[in-house]
Amino acid sequence: MKIPEPRGPISTALFSALAAAAGTDHAAAGVEELRRLVTEQLPATTDIIGDDDVQLALFCLYELHYSGLEGVDDEWEWEPDLIQVRRLLERPFEQALRAAAQSAAGQLDLPPAAEMTSDAVADVLFGLAATDTGPSVSRYVAKKATLEQLKEFLVHKSVYQLKEADPHTWAIPRLTGRPKAALVEIQADEYGGGRPERMHSALFARTMRGLGMDDHYGAYVEAVPAVSLSAVNMMSLFGLNRRLRGAITGHLAIYEMTSSQPNRLYGNGFRRHGFDAEVTHYFDEHVEADAVHEQIAGRDLAGGLVEAEPELLGDVLFGATAVMAIDGRLSTHLLACWESGETSLRAAVPAAA
Amino acid sequence: MNQEPAESSIVVCPDGPLIVRGDFEIVTPSGAPVPRQRQTVALCRCGASAIKPYCDGTHKMIKFRTEPPAD
Repeated sequence: MKIPEPRGPISTALFSALAAAAGTDHAAAGVEELRRLVTEQLPATTDIIGDDDVQLALFCLYELHYSGLEGVDDEWEWEPDLIQVRRLLERPFEQALRAAAQSAAGQLDLPPAAEMTSDAVADVLFGLAATDTGPSVSRYVAKKATLEQLKEFLVHKSVYQLKEADPHTWAIPRLTGRPKAALVEIQADEYGGGRPERMHSALFARTMRGLGMDDHYGAYVEAVPAVSLSAVNMMSLFGLNRRLRGAITGHLAIYEMTSSQPNRLYGNGFRRHGFDAEVTHYFDEHVEADAVHEQIAGRDLAGGLVEAEPELLGDVLFGATAVMAIDGRLSTHLLACWESGETSLRAAVPAAA
Repeated sequence: MNQEPAESSIVVCPDGPLIVRGDFEIVTPSGAPVPRQRQTVALCRCGASAIKPYCDGTHKMIKFRTEPPAD
């Protein structure tokens, strides 16, 4: 990915450190400066989920583990001092997600985890998904969104959807038995069942091209606000930390459970503007795929994991409710902007193609 | 009875679809293949899916129940 413009002192210091070859004295001095800045700035951050500087820095730190950053030495990925900085940022981010998740979940009345069958876990998750009655971007897209708003919608989604499924893949070697088989089965489908052109990320790229947009990974990172980056950083946090394997399975389960019907509505929105199956295929595919995935993710993945490791129930629910909290926040932002005729993207950035 | 697990299985999801996994065909009454995009499929059993024979999650909206209500 191309390195975006920095959004504050932390991302500025990060990009400046990464410009040096890893392991050199120059690099060490750069990371030390970054660590100092992070330690100094973090206590002043009141809303880390909505903090552009922190979320962009985290996004780029995680990107070192995905496709890398253009012009940045690959050795940086496991540079201990840089990992230390990432952990400094991750800790308060996780705390903020836990707080947001808690308020999204409300009061849950649950039997002891040790007594919960996989179907009971799935029931709880389906129940949570059904309470997700926040502002509906999908209904807005279906009925009202202008062509420009449809493009904005794709810009926000593109930050994740062009690497769709990748953050959950980190969890595969951290699971065993039934939940592992379940995750592999879902991911095989996400990755096109062996046909690269059917990979969900490739289908999304096709939709973007259909609207004349740039389908290169990261092309619109510059344009999206902190909360859109937070949604993806949350997945990387859950996926890259083995101790959060419960959270990444809960994340995937609720993601799938809140997807089929919204995708039908998204497709309708694009059809309303005269786009054909070439553009809507991505959404149509998700209506069918996610109705399969939600069952497997709820029962075999999250449910199977809780049966095997009952102490992970809390984290499964954390992952699930954190999605609801962050997605809810993004939806509120999109609808507030669109209903008042404003752009939901960052003002400094020219609108999508 | 063969002790080996069967080649295919049908998972009966409470209040939801039938998940069919393994080696099988989906065909019309005259034997023509029904278009199929994935290995494991979810078949509608609430009757309300817009993409039958496949499930589209509508069972959740209509509160489809597979067990009779307890009195």
